[in-house]
Amino acid sequence: MAFDIRKIRADFPILSQEVNGKPLVYFDNAATTQKPLAVIDAEAGVYKTINSNIHRGVHHLSNVCTEAFEDARKKVAGFINADSSDEIIFTRGTTESVNLLSFSFGETFLKEGDEVILTEMEHHSNIVPWQLLAQRRGVAIKVVPVTDNGELDMQVFGELLNEKTRLVAVAHISNVMGTINPVEEIIALAHAADVPVMIDGAQAIHHLPVDVQKLNSDFYVFSGHKMYAPTGVGVLYGKRKWLEMMKPYQGGGEMIDKVSFSGTTFNDLPYKFEAGTPNYAGVIGLGAAIDYLQEQGLEEIWAYEHELFEYAKEKMQTVPGMRFVGQTANHTSVISFLLGHSHPFDVGTLLDKLGFALRTGHHCAQPLMDRFQISGTVRASFAFYNTKEEVDRLVEALLRVGSMLS
Amino acid sequence: MTIKEKQKEVIGEFAAFDDWMDKYSLLIELGNELDSFDEVHRQPQNLIEGCQSKVWLHAELNDGEIVFQGDSDAIIVKGIVALLLRVLSGHTPDEILESELFFIDEIGLKEHLSPTRSNGLVAMVKQIKAYALAFKAKMG
Ligand SMILES: Cc1ncc(COP(=O)(O)O)c(C=O)c1O
Repeated sequence: MAFDIRKIRADFPILSQEVNGKPLVYFDNAATTQKPLAVIDAEAGVYKTINSNIHRGVHHLSNVCTEAFEDARKKVAGFINADSSDEIIFTRGTTESVNLLSFSFGETFLKEGDEVILTEMEHHSNIVPWQLLAQRRGVAIKVVPVTDNGELDMQVFGELLNEKTRLVAVAHISNVMGTINPVEEIIALAHAADVPVMIDGAQAIHHLPVDVQKLNSDFYVFSGHKMYAPTGVGVLYGKRKWLEMMKPYQGGGEMIDKVSFSGTTFNDLPYKFEAGTPNYAGVIGLGAAIDYLQEQGLEEIWAYEHELFEYAKEKMQTVPGMRFVGQTANHTSVISFLLGHSHPFDVGTLLDKLGFALRTGHHCAQPLMDRFQISGTVRASFAFYNTKEEVDRLVEALLRVGSMLS
Repeated sequence: MTIKEKQKEVIGEFAAFDDWMDKYSLLIELGNELDSFDEVHRQPQNLIEGCQSKVWLHAELNDGEIVFQGDSDAIIVKGIVALLLRVLSGHTPDEILESELFFIDEIGLKEHLSPTRSNGLVAMVKQIKAYALAFKAKMG
């Protein structure tokens, strides 16, 4: 393995603490990841040395801060290989990115009778904004079902695509099951029908290399906090041709060219979609997170995490009563499971007392829970600072918890 | 026994354990031993839906005392339900309304009664008091 795990763990100060008298094992990375010192220092450094409102001042600090902010935008563009940094819109997170898109794309292009295709495995963030749009404009939502083993039913997807379809919005990786969806194929099929595609990359961006041009995705959205960056920043990538046509989302400062009561003109990309003072300290922290990820190497991260994931799957399977929810060949970083007939809440509560941070519940994906007729799961999700020893300890803990609850 | 005495008794039983897993083993045992919930009362109006787990609560007035029945789909929650019922069931509306619940805190299960835990227990305690208030009004 290419990396020095001891050194990596030392970069994340939060990991070395005890919880309930036990060393913390943090397996809730799909909810949010921990931050390396490089990111913490970058964000704190803004407030210590260059804090000033951006894009406004003639003075030194404002210029330096603006440059650092725009530099981060270039890093994001480079990270996902966008054609231009004008195509990178900063938001508060995935949720705001989807809301922005559903509003601006919807107000610009959609009318009654049009259709948007989602899937049964979407996070609520990629469902509810579209439902709001559907209510506003009389648009219909079509849903691609999930098969028993947790994959998208691609045949139904092909059937749902039709001349009324205006957009497809789908998760790159499921936050519940870790299924890697065939986004290349989805995009190719949609484009063949002249339909643009938004990929929700919240669970993918930090696990595998993403090249939006190679993918040819029209929109790609993700959150900083799930990729080792500060919370409160996110990204909407969009192809220039779409962003230029789309109406603005929120109005305010920054996004305007000229304001008068007889009519206001809007700023160019990307500022047209960035009303108000942005979270520039968070954005600069996001830039630092990208530097950090690139230092480790996305390919190396993928290889390490995938090996860890396969190891966990194999070991966890040996626990009596273990049942995985969603088990496809093409899977990564997330394992959702049920233990015998135990309620996920019980399993999660006992694991917490043993020092493990796992998530229990419906994971903001109630339609998927309904699909599998369960009320929730226990979810272990991994990052590259996790180790096989931690997995071994989880297995030991699961054996203990399982016998207590049976 | 008064509500206060019962709480002290529970605290005493839990004091024997300082390991978390032992405390939870006892809770699980209490959950398993809880009198089964009368299926006729498993009605939507008796369901308290937490985000993570469900709690059922039914109350009847019997000779001026309220008798509660409860249940949960999560065994740890059910164990806490069992404790709450042991402490509060069989008391008059006034006794319940005047009671102060300190035992949950003392035995270290406070987190389960925090509003962020969303397991239905906070709403259950509120509902117990609401029943007491309603029965009190009825009794005039
Ligand atoms: C697939 C997916 N989409 C969207 C979101 C929402 O992200 P955020 O809460 O950062 O806006 C999440 C986060 O859990 C997610 O996993």
